[in-house]
Amino acid sequence: MNYNQYTSRLLERAVNEFAKLPGIGRKTALRLVLHLLKQPDEDVEIFSHSLTSLKKEIFHCAKCHNISDQEVCSICSNNKRDASLICVVENIRNVMAIEATQQFNGLYHVLGGVISPMDGIGPADLTMDSLVGRVSSEEVKEVILALSATMEGDTTNLFIYRKLGDFDINISTLARGVAIGDELEYTDEITLGRSILHRTPFRSSLNNS
Amino acid sequence: MYLKRLSLVNFKNFSELDVTLSKGINCFVGDNGEGKTNLFDSIYYLSFCKSYFNPADSQNIRHHNDFFVIQGEFSKADQSEKIYCGLKRNHKKQFKRNGNEYQRLAEHIGLIPLVMVSPADAALIVDGSEERRKYINGVISQFDKLYLNNLIRYNKVLLQRNSLLKEFARNKRYDEEALDIWDQQLAELAGYIHNKRSGFINELLPIFQYYYDFIAAGHEKVDLIYQSQGIDTNWLEIIRNARQKDRILQHSTVGIHRDDLKLTLTGYPIKRQGSQGQQKTFLLALKLAQYDFLKTISKIKPMILLDDVFDKLDNRRVTQLIKLVSEEHFGQTFITDKSEQHLAGILAHIPIEHRVFRVNDGYITMIENGDQEN
Ligand SMILES: Nc1ncnc2c1ncn2[C@@H]1O[C@H](COP(=O)(O)OP(=O)(O)OP(=O)(O)O)[C@@H](O)[C@H]1O
Ligand SMILES: [Mg+2]
Ligand SMILES: [Zn+2]
Repeated sequence: MNYNQYTSRLLERAVNEFAKLPGIGRKTALRLVLHLLKQPDEDVEIFSHSLTSLKKEIFHCAKCHNISDQEVCSICSNNKRDASLICVVENIRNVMAIEATQQFNGLYHVLGGVISPMDGIGPADLTMDSLVGRVSSEEVKEVILALSATMEGDTTNLFIYRKLGDFDINISTLARGVAIGDELEYTDEITLGRSILHRTPFRSSLNNS
Repeated sequence: MYLKRLSLVNFKNFSELDVTLSKGINCFVGDNGEGKTNLFDSIYYLSFCKSYFNPADSQNIRHHNDFFVIQGEFSKADQSEKIYCGLKRNHKKQFKRNGNEYQRLAEHIGLIPLVMVSPADAALIVDGSEERRKYINGVISQFDKLYLNNLIRYNKVLLQRNSLLKEFARNKRYDEEALDIWDQQLAELAGYIHNKRSGFINELLPIFQYYYDFIAAGHEKVDLIYQSQGIDTNWLEIIRNARQKDRILQHSTVGIHRDDLKLTLTGYPIKRQGSQGQQKTFLLALKLAQYDFLKTISKIKPMILLDDVFDKLDNRRVTQLIKLVSEEHFGQTFITDKSEQHLAGILAHIPIEHRVFRVNDGYITMIENGDQEN
């Protein structure tokens, strides 16, 4: 079948828009559009309205740059959370991942990426200054660097570390090591070597997990 | 470890082949273009999951056909290992060990240690420094995964730093702070890699010299000299000092990506001063030294494939080489030559199991069986 032959320009336009979404090919796009066409008018109205208002009305939290319905997000404005602890992450999905662990009760700071000149991303393209601002004006005791364990992630860690070097705070980074459930003989040598070097006292491994 | 049996279907100029090999020396004789090197390449595939010569797998399928199959039955500590490599045009390469397909080809590398000696190795002498770095990296990476990992990281940092320098030029700006973090990473990794490389060359040198002396049976002094812009501790300083130059040239002019290995014969560059036979001997000695490294790490005797080694070597050196690979130290050996005369003359005087095969337009016949059980 040739998906370029549409009998309606409107149909074609809708398919084009859906096909722009990540992971959606033209075939799937056509299926989705035809499905929508079959739905009651109100449903399609709700669907399209949710998209327009998403873009128009959503905020990026003024403090942590997480996505939010208000100017300050529900995490930052929750006074049960420990505001002396800031966990620096690359993006919103990372916030969701750490929230899902239910192990962290501090605040976040969404950087918006990592430094990568090849992709045209420098420190100025990230929310780096705002992080420095938070550390200097809020009562921060510890900053946790939770960026990807890639070379770019490590470089960005290094940059932040230097930026925050003059403040009297602890700067920590996620432990990297053998994954839970991994058999030792199948763990790659690099991870294993690192886990040996950065081993932890046994006592501390007893109660948290 | 040795290859007992090799079967090919539609691999290069072999339509079908099934050959049982000697665990000692296997000689393949034949005229130009009959398929000797192709046969070696198929064995190389079984070890490294790829061709020694042609990175495009599908070009190794016999013309006008749609697939190739390479199968090898190895004997490793009296256990049989069946390795299968199959490629269908426009499909993913399949690699199996004893009937189980590998998820990642990297898991297979190292199971069958092998050293290939080929006329293509001449690039090590005649080409630029990149070839020599590739040789060093290849040998070290085989036993040191952290080295490989840090090398990959180094190359990424280098790319990023170069991108940054280009961006500075494009936007007519300069940001020391942004450069700092890349310099620091580059320097740390350079120090690590430098250390490993110089340690490796130090260990390699005496082995290399031993092999050269053995084959040359003479008094030619050969040397390998590691050349680098820095020493292991001063990289940050010299990378920093190069900033202004790097800014103008828009790339990183200092680092271990500029390292070289100076190859000398009686103090002069082998590339200019060495005769063709001396160069050949030099390369052979380098590959044999590599063999020793591989053997120490894998704790088994690797296979060694000597393609066209006799070309340009005098009779005395050829005899020395065969004597060498017949020793207990070496395992299964494969050798090619234009005709059997040469080899037959030498093998007659050395008590070692061997077989001689004639290669003729993609077909193979055994013409001599010097195995002991026969
Ligand atoms: N994909 C292919 N299909 C069919 N034939 C091929 C293919 N690739 C290479 N050949 C043939 O293989 C031959 C070369 O074989 P090879 O390089 O093994 O020769 P050789 O015996 O090593 O010769 P020499 O003594 O010159 O080194 C050429 O004739 C070439 O046409
Ligand atoms: Mg050949
Ligand atoms: Zn917030």
